[in-house]
Amino acid sequence: MKFAIVVFPGSNCDHDAYHATTAVIGQQAEMIWHKETDLRGADAIILPGGFAHGDYLRTGAIARFSPVMQSVQAFADAGGPVVGFCNGFQILLEAGMLEGAMLRNRSLQYRCEHVHVRVERNDTPWTGLCQPGQVMRIPIAHGEGNYYAAPEVIDRLEKNGQVIFRYATADGETTDAANPNGSLHNIAGICNERRNVVALMPHPERACEAALGSADGKVVLDSVVASLRAGVPVVAGR
Amino acid sequence: MPQTYKARVFVTLKPSVFDPQGHVIVESLHSMGYAGVADVRQGKYFELDVEAESADAARAMVSDVSNRLLANPVIESYRVDVA
Repeated sequence: MKFAIVVFPGSNCDHDAYHATTAVIGQQAEMIWHKETDLRGADAIILPGGFAHGDYLRTGAIARFSPVMQSVQAFADAGGPVVGFCNGFQILLEAGMLEGAMLRNRSLQYRCEHVHVRVERNDTPWTGLCQPGQVMRIPIAHGEGNYYAAPEVIDRLEKNGQVIFRYATADGETTDAANPNGSLHNIAGICNERRNVVALMPHPERACEAALGSADGKVVLDSVVASLRAGVPVVAGR
Repeated sequence: MPQTYKARVFVTLKPSVFDPQGHVIVESLHSMGYAGVADVRQGKYFELDVEAESADAARAMVSDVSNRLLANPVIESYRVDVA
């Protein structure tokens, strides 16, 4: 299968995503420049981490108007699996493809470290091979990852099971001390109502090999491959 | 005839949204001895030169721009002044 990895000016985890999808899990991947609109027959889309358009104004605020985002939106509307890692999450929020917004980390520090993330749900194409409650040790690297949404939105996300990842201790306890940025309800990642668009602030794509300190994130990429092989989401017109 | 207007846009976090930067600033002011500063909210300020048929048309366009790009309505509100 083929991944499309969108490259914005300022993306800096695009090559991590390329390496993880090709060298590590043995799939095809195409880098798609943000001015392009042809996704080249990709089966899944990754919006990578970085600082798209310098993160000027707000993180992801300019990137959401890049031409490629119309194709990403259409792909998602047709049921195709889309994931955002870090800056990719911020772009999906600004684009309105996911609900909520990111504030500055409550510490005001750029946090760059490994954290523990508990997988809440495996009923998305990006977490299908996970066990609910599974704890992954994967890195974060962000200054604006403090997830916020209005109380009624948070309630709805919780009720619909759209909270997919939470910051936790190594034992899976969602304590305040395990929350690196102040996110409401320790939220590290969410999905849309249809569940095909998933995003998280941590970087599973940078934790796919033991040599990098952890291979816990590989299951996210393996999951979407398994999901597509099972033939669940078929993108119309492709 | 289109005229040139100067629009000023003030973007602030909504009152319900915690402002970590404003919080650090007010704490710093307290440690500097300014006990009288009760709260600080940090925001953004934009100046736009716009051409429009009237001040109302300029205001409408800048409001649209603010809603779509300059502010994120999930967390921020904005005020537009046109002169």
